[in-house]
Amino acid sequence: MRIMSSRLVLVLLVLAMAVVPLFVSSGYQLFQFTMVVAYALAVLGVNLVTGYNGQISLGHGAFYAIGAYVTAIMMDHWDLPYWSTLPVAAVICAGVGFLLGLPALRLGGLYLALTTLALAAAVPQLLKYDLFEGWTGGVQGISIIKPDAPFGLPLNADQWLYLFSFAVAVVLFISAWNLVNGRIGRALKAIRDQPLAAEAMGIDLAQLKTRTFAASAMYTGIAGSIAAIAVQFVSPDSFASALSITLFVGMVVGGAASISGAVFGALFIQFIPNIADQVSKAAPGAVYGLILIVFMFVAPGGIASLVRKWWPAGGSRARST
Amino acid sequence: MKRRTFLAAAGGVAAAGAGLARPALATTVGVTATELKIGNTMPYSGNASSYGVIGHGDAAYWKMVNDMGGVGGRKINFISYDDAYSPPKAVEMVRKLVEEDKVALLFHPLGTPTNTAIQKYCNAKKCPQLFVSTGADKWGDYKHFPWTIGWQPSYQVEARIYAAYIKKNFPNGKVALIYQNDDFGKDYLIGLKDGLGADFSKFVIKVVTYESTDATVDSQVVTMKDSGADVLVTAAIPKFAAQVIRKVYDIGWKPAHFMTNVSSSVGATITPAGPEKAVGMITSQYLKDPTDPEWDKDPGMNEWRAFMKKYIPNGDLTDGGYVASYGACTTMHQVLKQCGTDFSRENIMKQVANLKNETVPVLLPGITVNTSPTNFHPIRQMQLARWAGKTYQRFGDVIQG
Repeated sequence: MRIMSSRLVLVLLVLAMAVVPLFVSSGYQLFQFTMVVAYALAVLGVNLVTGYNGQISLGHGAFYAIGAYVTAIMMDHWDLPYWSTLPVAAVICAGVGFLLGLPALRLGGLYLALTTLALAAAVPQLLKYDLFEGWTGGVQGISIIKPDAPFGLPLNADQWLYLFSFAVAVVLFISAWNLVNGRIGRALKAIRDQPLAAEAMGIDLAQLKTRTFAASAMYTGIAGSIAAIAVQFVSPDSFASALSITLFVGMVVGGAASISGAVFGALFIQFIPNIADQVSKAAPGAVYGLILIVFMFVAPGGIASLVRKWWPAGGSRARST
Repeated sequence: MKRRTFLAAAGGVAAAGAGLARPALATTVGVTATELKIGNTMPYSGNASSYGVIGHGDAAYWKMVNDMGGVGGRKINFISYDDAYSPPKAVEMVRKLVEEDKVALLFHPLGTPTNTAIQKYCNAKKCPQLFVSTGADKWGDYKHFPWTIGWQPSYQVEARIYAAYIKKNFPNGKVALIYQNDDFGKDYLIGLKDGLGADFSKFVIKVVTYESTDATVDSQVVTMKDSGADVLVTAAIPKFAAQVIRKVYDIGWKPAHFMTNVSSSVGATITPAGPEKAVGMITSQYLKDPTDPEWDKDPGMNEWRAFMKKYIPNGDLTDGGYVASYGACTTMHQVLKQCGTDFSRENIMKQVANLKNETVPVLLPGITVNTSPTNFHPIRQMQLARWAGKTYQRFGDVIQG
């Protein structure tokens, strides 16, 4: 009974999140929310590999960039519809993620963090590389056109894109929830907490770790695709190495190893810099840092853990993760 | 979208006073009987935050204008947001300015990647994107982007001026070029190729690049020295320009050094690098250098100094960013004056393309601002200058590039 009611609350909440902004938000706000959806998926990707599986990645900005570029190139060069680019971006990013997962097997902890950071630093430069310039547009980047609502729906482009991204995100969030709360999820956490014991239990460490990396990269790649469609522009400067750190911050602030934490983390990285800018034009970076520290003190387990305390409906389930 | 534009237009017209005669299709947004809203984005945070002073300068200028009674009976409401030099953030902030704050126009947004990201949007919304703070050549493309215009001389113009000088004064020179791997840097490569023409490969023996996210460019400088070059062209933003100057000096290399105007600022580049290490370096100028004693009694610079004293009392008087800001602001101010009482976006653009031999207090003597419906490059003239240890010394004539 209690589970039922908490599920119902969750479903209603998700429906409200999908529908209410369509009526009350301006185009600009919908754009912001679409970016929150994209960031939430990206942070969820980081969370899968780092939060749940314990493999620290500071390079997910690279997957985000690859996803964005796949979408931009497909839409710009081949005039393909925006929705068809998402699965392609997903497959390509999963492939790259899998390949990166191979060296990750040999590198633990801090060394893996550095390796992934190197990837994040390399990608903007690779995007400018002469050899790919015909595709990537080099430093100029690629401009794409925002899709209109299909089937003559009475929605403008911003409203449609928000709804579309939201629907994609809901599917991916439910998949992630199922993944981490099932047999595989338990194995992931076992590897994170006690790799030796996990192996003794018969878990194939190598296989699971590389596959987690692939799934994680896929999530972040799809996020990049959505962001590219929303921003209508990709360029190497859009994916500076700081982006990877931002996603990592989102994961920690939102709550490591928490599905809902990805949403809170995304809200943080989308809106806190704006607030910092409002507070001080002279040193917005310092204000941002200060807010970050305050959050770490107030919610050491991430915002999700704080919300869990105050929201009894979700408490029983959330504590089990 | 059509409906929204119409509503915005209707709202603007009603607010501005329905009695005024105006063209049937004119769109007036962000203007009331007492206020005119101007939007802007700047990198107040992030890697390019040293340019943030330009935003502070802009804000102070419009405060001064308001203290003097505003323009056309209206106070300027200057709204500036941080874009951290990130294209997605710039898109977000510009959408906020255009859709939520409903600004009449965008003035002086800074950065080539950020302005590229918003250019299509601004032109689709028919929102003027004026006097963008970047020297890329592409802002003069009035055919494809009639709502976008630059201000400063383009990087290509500048590089062509250097090329001409190198050809004439270093006929056997071996040139090394270091440029930032983006639009900004590549314009210098294009300009040098343009200017040197068929002789490009004869002159230029080494080309290296760096990324704006790199920590240092020390190794690039060493590579260039080892190539045997005796002429160095640096197309780098101030942080890296200062590194180049320091490293060139420290390893005992003595090339004829041409420095992009972007990084000629004493406050932002020379002082951090060490003034004695930059002696002999050549740059080109279009603005009066605030550290040059020649302008100590110059009426234009006195006007600027009085402004700084009153509105930015803590500002660094050697930072050329404030001077550039003042120049662009006076140009914008002139456009608004020319608008009279018709602040429709159409009329704003008409006046933007109608600046004739406009003198700007902080521009070098002989350099004026000129635009027309077929010329969206407001400043096309520069003069060479050499760093003499304490100030720059200009030499030669004003050159049209």
